[in-house]
Amino acid sequence: MGFQAVKFYQTGTFTVGNRLLAPDERSLQSVETRSNSINSGHRACQGCGEALGARYAIDAAMAESNNQLIAANATGCLEVFSTPYPESSWQVPWIHSLFGNAAAVATGIAAAMKVKGRPEVRVVAQGGDGGTTDIGFGCLSGMFERNDDVLYICYDNEGYMNTGVQRSSATPPAARTATTMPVGPEPGNVFGQGKNVPEIAMAHGIPYVATATVADLRDLEYKVRKAMKMHGARYIHIFVPCPLGWGTASHDTIRMARMAKESGTFPVFEAEYGEVTGVLKIRRKIPVEEYMKPQRRFAHLFGKNAHPETVARIQAIADRNIRKYGLLEEEGN
Amino acid sequence: MPNKPFAITLKPGTSLANLTGTWRTTRPVYLDRMPPCNNACPAGENIQGWLFHAESGDYEQAWRVLVQDNPLPAVMGRVCYHPCEGACNRGQLDSPVGINSVERFLGDEAIKLGWKFNAPATVSGKRILVVGAGPSGLSAAYHLARMGHQVEIHEAGPLAGGMMRFGIPKYRLPREVLDAEVQRILDMGVTLKLNTKVENIALSIKQHGFDAAFLAVGAHIGKRTFIPSGDAAHIIDAVSVLRSMEGEDKPMLGRKVIVYGGGNTAIDVARSVKRMGAEPIVVYRRTRDKAPAHDFEIEEALQEGVMIKWLSTIKQADAGAITVEKMALDDKGYPQPTGEFETLEADSVVLALGQDVDLSLLEGVEGLEIVDGTVQVSGNMMTGHPGIFAGGDMVPSERTVTVAVGHGKKAALNINAWLNDATYQPAPRHELAGFDKLNPWYYSDADKTVRPMLDIIRRQTSFDEVQGGLDETNALFEARRCLSCGNCFECDNCYGVCPDNAVIKLGPGKRFEFNYDYCKGCGMCATECPCGAIKMVAEET
Repeated sequence: MGFQAVKFYQTGTFTVGNRLLAPDERSLQSVETRSNSINSGHRACQGCGEALGARYAIDAAMAESNNQLIAANATGCLEVFSTPYPESSWQVPWIHSLFGNAAAVATGIAAAMKVKGRPEVRVVAQGGDGGTTDIGFGCLSGMFERNDDVLYICYDNEGYMNTGVQRSSATPPAARTATTMPVGPEPGNVFGQGKNVPEIAMAHGIPYVATATVADLRDLEYKVRKAMKMHGARYIHIFVPCPLGWGTASHDTIRMARMAKESGTFPVFEAEYGEVTGVLKIRRKIPVEEYMKPQRRFAHLFGKNAHPETVARIQAIADRNIRKYGLLEEEGN
Repeated sequence: MPNKPFAITLKPGTSLANLTGTWRTTRPVYLDRMPPCNNACPAGENIQGWLFHAESGDYEQAWRVLVQDNPLPAVMGRVCYHPCEGACNRGQLDSPVGINSVERFLGDEAIKLGWKFNAPATVSGKRILVVGAGPSGLSAAYHLARMGHQVEIHEAGPLAGGMMRFGIPKYRLPREVLDAEVQRILDMGVTLKLNTKVENIALSIKQHGFDAAFLAVGAHIGKRTFIPSGDAAHIIDAVSVLRSMEGEDKPMLGRKVIVYGGGNTAIDVARSVKRMGAEPIVVYRRTRDKAPAHDFEIEEALQEGVMIKWLSTIKQADAGAITVEKMALDDKGYPQPTGEFETLEADSVVLALGQDVDLSLLEGVEGLEIVDGTVQVSGNMMTGHPGIFAGGDMVPSERTVTVAVGHGKKAALNINAWLNDATYQPAPRHELAGFDKLNPWYYSDADKTVRPMLDIIRRQTSFDEVQGGLDETNALFEARRCLSCGNCFECDNCYGVCPDNAVIKLGPGKRFEFNYDYCKGCGMCATECPCGAIKMVAEET
């Protein structure tokens, strides 16, 4: 994955744009004509990672589909904060039906477009981790299995945030939520449960699966654009920190996503037909502790009644991710 | 309610009706902070400002911004000890930006391509006398000329440049570079009178009807120290040695030359006589880390084969030999004699113990205050005598070309104000853009380009310039390593990372502004700004 193709020394290509880069080398988000798929005035919290991730992703999908795009949305934060009756923030044809059926609705739209002879109209489905990994999982697996021509985007903030921060099957071990309180010998969410949906998607052998974070804009745009160039079932899992649910400062959203990636907690990779084809390497490796400490949902692991052994178990998970996906540059490279 | 579906009572609308700006408790504001390089520059250059243009390859514009503060970039790019690089935030990331190399590149480009200063926009009709054509005098003359004043420089020596010509060896500053930059100042209409020593400043002002004067005669008298010596001992001061290097008659120093002192002048003398085929030994009473000379100069001197005896003082000088006493540092770091002596062969001894100012031209001028052989000036560079300003080595300060150039500019601004019966008010200083204000994640790693160094054998025997310059590609590379500390460089990060689309992009060169109708005050723009050009401030309640 050549995101560092332009060797540019002031900021590399890490920033959103740059006056010194040729216009076609800048990210879509740096351009005034980006479609701003989610408009100002939405009711997401200050520093919402999901609002940001959704704009990044849908703007890229709009650009790649020549603005011929329809979006289906599962119930969740994204739906609630963007469409309080009778307002909408969406500047794209958008439909919400139920919590669990976004993938099926999108499948239906894709089928309808095919019947109507409108092959240029592309379809995305989107939802949070609750609507994807828990409630909508059956419909999602069906969409994968049938290889329907839909790009499904999951915005993963690791819990049910708008209903009051309950645990989902994407909540990390030891995290405090309203339903996994920090009490008992193993406080917070249990270890060993939950779903790795990107890997489950890969197991379906669909054309394209990728993970991304809001901290790596160019990587995210590249993956959405690449997915939109393909047909069949595609899945992108975007890591979107939640200041409210995680207990982090609103200005630290991108920083948290960056640290999740740099610690190996959230591996960023892409896969085609079930095989990993590329990973985004760690630039400056950090221990998971550095990532966890600013989050109040992990506060019970530090301080007076610290749980260093629990932190060590989470570090072990990160280390396994690093080994498994080869997230570190090889020595001597 | 016709035309609406069942159970629908409101027309669909856009969320733009919802002004989320009301949620805000802190607001982001764009600001310019003071980059550490600019803060450290004795000449007051806007380094970040000119690098900004160099980054885009617009070298002429970069040069024009540079010379707003300093008319001698090609000289500066060779002789400045670049405190800017010592302060550079990039030093905490990999290594400082090679500001000095880029400055030299711009200066050399200007000479090569013949860029000229803009003609003054106005003519004031005021006449100003500048005494001394060294860096300070030339700088003052340039700035005064730009303000439309008529400037006349009276120089005692046969050529312009002062210590830049008679103190700094050729291998550090080729004379054609100096000549080109001096000529460019004269081309603005500045009059230069050589071999014109001002004997009495009050008289000169009166006779020629000047409205104000700027004194910058420098410090050219080598300090002496008492060394018991036999009749035949050959003792000479460093300034005379360096000055005579400029003339046809090279100084007769013999083969074994002892240089006494540990400052830059001592090192300059040692390296110069090495090039004449002699064998210099520097004798200094303290240790290398205590020596006032810059460490890189000591390093280059050692590489060239200059011997240095640390912790030694000269006790006795005779024909052909000197006696030195070894010293030891006491608890406080002061050298103390040990009683151990050593004899060194010496055909001559060069004293490089500092310089004094020739203050004879000030005799009879009222109101002047002279302390420790230097002229006291107030904050506006004016002496105790109204209308007479002074700067450079003759006032108390660090004695470098860069400081002198800074004095010249500061004096010019104050002279201009004084002529208009006003007081010069410098713009309020911005807060410092320290490393903690940056988000270094966004800067990719890149080492400083190392300027080519002359091959060591050639350095020992010739007066060719030791350090080469950058070429266009690596100068651009170097400029682009600038972090643009505290000043927006239009990376679009704030525009990209705002979850509320509350940043408005104003187009190339115009930066951005916030849309406070929708900004929720999350602060992501400020945190993710690479260069610290956004600040969060509390909303008024």
